[in-house]
Amino acid sequence: MTFELEAEVPERGVELALRVAPGETVALLGPNGAGKSTALAVAAGLLRPDRGRVALDARPLTVTGGGGQRASYVPPHARRIALLAQDPLLFPHLDVRANVEFAPRAQGAGRAAAREAAERWLTTVGVADLADRRPGELSGGQAQRVALARALAADPLLLLLDEPMAALDVAVTPAVRQVLRTVLAGRSALLVTHDVLDALLLADRVVVLEDGRVVEEGPTSEVLSRPRSAFAARIAGLNILTGTWRGGRVHCEDGSVVAGMSSDPAPSDGARAVAVFSPGAVSVYRDAPGGSPRTVLRAQVTEIEPHGDRIRIRTTRAAADVTPQAAAELDLAPGAEVLLSVKATEITVYPA
Amino acid sequence: MNPRRTTSILAVLVCVLATGACGGDDAGDGGERVLTVYAAASLTASFEELAERFEAANDGVSVELAFAGSSDLVAQITSGAPADVFASADQSNMDKLTAEGLEGSAPEVFATNTLQIAVPPDNPGEVSDLADLSDEDLAVVVCAPEVPCGAAALALAEAAGTTLAPDSEEQSVADVLGKVRAGEADAGLVYVTDVIAAAGDVLGIDVPESDAVVNDYPIATLADSDQAELAQAFVDLVLGEQGQAVLAEAGFGTP
Amino acid sequence: MRRTGSEGGVPRWILLPAAAGAAFVLLPLLAIVLQVDWRAFPALVTSEASRDALLLSLRTSTASTLLCVLLGVPMAVALARTRFPGQSLLRALVLLPLVLPPVVGGIALLYTFGRRGLLGETLEVVGLEVAFSTAAVVMAQTFVALPFLVVSLEGALRTAGHRYEVVAASLGARPTTVFRRVTLPLVLPGLLSGSVLAFARALGEFGATITFAGSLQGTTRTLPLEIYLRRETDADAAVALSLVLVVVAVVVIGTAGQGRVRR
Repeated sequence: MTFELEAEVPERGVELALRVAPGETVALLGPNGAGKSTALAVAAGLLRPDRGRVALDARPLTVTGGGGQRASYVPPHARRIALLAQDPLLFPHLDVRANVEFAPRAQGAGRAAAREAAERWLTTVGVADLADRRPGELSGGQAQRVALARALAADPLLLLLDEPMAALDVAVTPAVRQVLRTVLAGRSALLVTHDVLDALLLADRVVVLEDGRVVEEGPTSEVLSRPRSAFAARIAGLNILTGTWRGGRVHCEDGSVVAGMSSDPAPSDGARAVAVFSPGAVSVYRDAPGGSPRTVLRAQVTEIEPHGDRIRIRTTRAAADVTPQAAAELDLAPGAEVLLSVKATEITVYPA
Repeated sequence: MNPRRTTSILAVLVCVLATGACGGDDAGDGGERVLTVYAAASLTASFEELAERFEAANDGVSVELAFAGSSDLVAQITSGAPADVFASADQSNMDKLTAEGLEGSAPEVFATNTLQIAVPPDNPGEVSDLADLSDEDLAVVVCAPEVPCGAAALALAEAAGTTLAPDSEEQSVADVLGKVRAGEADAGLVYVTDVIAAAGDVLGIDVPESDAVVNDYPIATLADSDQAELAQAFVDLVLGEQGQAVLAEAGFGTP
Repeated sequence: MRRTGSEGGVPRWILLPAAAGAAFVLLPLLAIVLQVDWRAFPALVTSEASRDALLLSLRTSTASTLLCVLLGVPMAVALARTRFPGQSLLRALVLLPLVLPPVVGGIALLYTFGRRGLLGETLEVVGLEVAFSTAAVVMAQTFVALPFLVVSLEGALRTAGHRYEVVAASLGARPTTVFRRVTLPLVLPGLLSGSVLAFARALGEFGATITFAGSLQGTTRTLPLEIYLRRETDADAAVALSLVLVVVAVVVIGTAGQGRVRR
């Protein structure tokens, strides 16, 4: 089953197209307001785009008229698309078992069949022993597992996950992620997340949204190791600079020139290119350094935060990881003018 | 804001609102004397007219009229309402007053009233006499026996030798009249004066036996009045030639 | 243990007007109790007229509460969950009986369902005559009580939000199933308190009833009408019956309050 979505919602500045291949889990990444929730709402049938088309296995779910197409709209309950939100939203008046039985019962299954499905899915997510509890008696992690079992019991063709672990305690997140990893294997799903680990461990493919548009997509490992968008780079923990490829260097808009190792294939001359490098490869100076030819960027410190046993310096251009001693010696504080220096061998340049 | 100030502002506000609500009582400030007359609701038109004449004849006097059911008025007077004159629609409510010793002058009957059948102008129930009011198929409305007009209705039925079959026993004549006026009831028993006051909205049908049940309207000044003379002057006006003429025009009988 | 949180933020002077307000409401109730002629009380409240009035009140209030639920739940859902042009105007109009003098409601009903009203003749053709019937009492009570149910239920629906309903739909539940198995159970406390309010309002209904339905023992004379009528001749009976009405109201509201606390 293939899921296809094209939507234009000018009111929210969204214009995007997505595709989920059979059995594929696609992670939807992007800053707040990038259009991720809008995409999910259109997929679930909660929002009708001004123009667009949503189809599941060639079965049209939302088709706005025009262009020779007949307008059609399948209501949410008939789409076979289940939703797992940040909050578990377990029905508070039903116990755990009845919550999971809800979907089979609503779809016309008999009592026994619904009960059997509930047992099965509760076991799958590892909370079979909680079947008689009330939602109010569950911890956050337990409740989200039950919510997952409930969504799976609906036997959806596509599962929408809207930051399913954002509201969880960090202590229980890994276990829930592991459960998700198991159940998402071989299942079509669209996962909205902020967490690079979710993308890495759960998704086959990543789509990055910015300002309502798809700015980057591809296999997860590729996007995270060679990000072309600022957001992907940021969540991958990498610095990214964009500019024009000329004479073997990236010329940024502010006039700085970045020298790096070009990827294969190399960007063509005069084309847009991105330079990617890790914060660990950046050295910080107050005065211009001498020596080997390096890229040197003039920047202003914006934030200073701990990062493992080092200090991460965020600046107006790129992030740098330095030792606490270095930070103290350089007397770094937000607002300080600094020079960032990166060896050409540490920088990879891709076509944008 | 400090609490004491808040409280005093509140107090001022309450006073302003309260006096505003009952501001009419302050007419005395302008040197005017105010005579307060409590009268049965059926006297509304007649007493408004008489009050005007009284004001015209007595410079610097204004008459405040309060109309309601006689029993409501008695209840208010016995709990200390500042009335100078009370005109009741029946003897029993006046008796309640004298039982408390609240009358200033001996009550005198100034008008009588008799019952009439009121029907909608097109008389859909084809009602012609009192016997029709025992027809179960007609929507008949009378006053409840607990109120004077209801007691009168019962007495009238007895005098005529029939039993009424009411669909509703209303609280007041106004309620009876309202239902007939709306066409909700085919017939109702009300006073002659009510039919006249309804001015064509209902049709009155005379009941021959009505002379057997005559309702007396007594009037008296009140003991607690601080202007007994003026109160008596108003009572005299009502009992006198002018008063009787005005009352007769409204359909009241002379005692 | 001393609780601090709940009292901490309240300025102490506010307790004075609060106490005055409570006294303003409670003193008149106390006055009724003090005024009751206790020796005559049993005879007064068990007279045939009193029993008829009380039973009629309980019967009609129950019927009108059911009618309120039947009509009010869909109204509240339509107001809280859908959007259509003129909705806020419609809401204001539907809630009008809350602020309208009941007598006005009675007059309006009279000119709608009365024999010569807008629908009166139509009803008569179908063989329905509401004039001076117990049905008219129920209609009058429903008219004034309906907004209470709609308001409290619409509030409950808005508070509950529609996120649960979205989830239920995504699980494959049709709108009717969602309404029955999710929406209604979620707002049950609101529905319950709304029904109690509606019942209490119906129990106390006077103006619309006397204007629209009339007053006849056992048929249309509910307890408030009986009290008002008794006042004419027998003040003690009126006071005794007033106390009965107060007690019934307290029991109704008390039971509902208990139910809510237990949840």
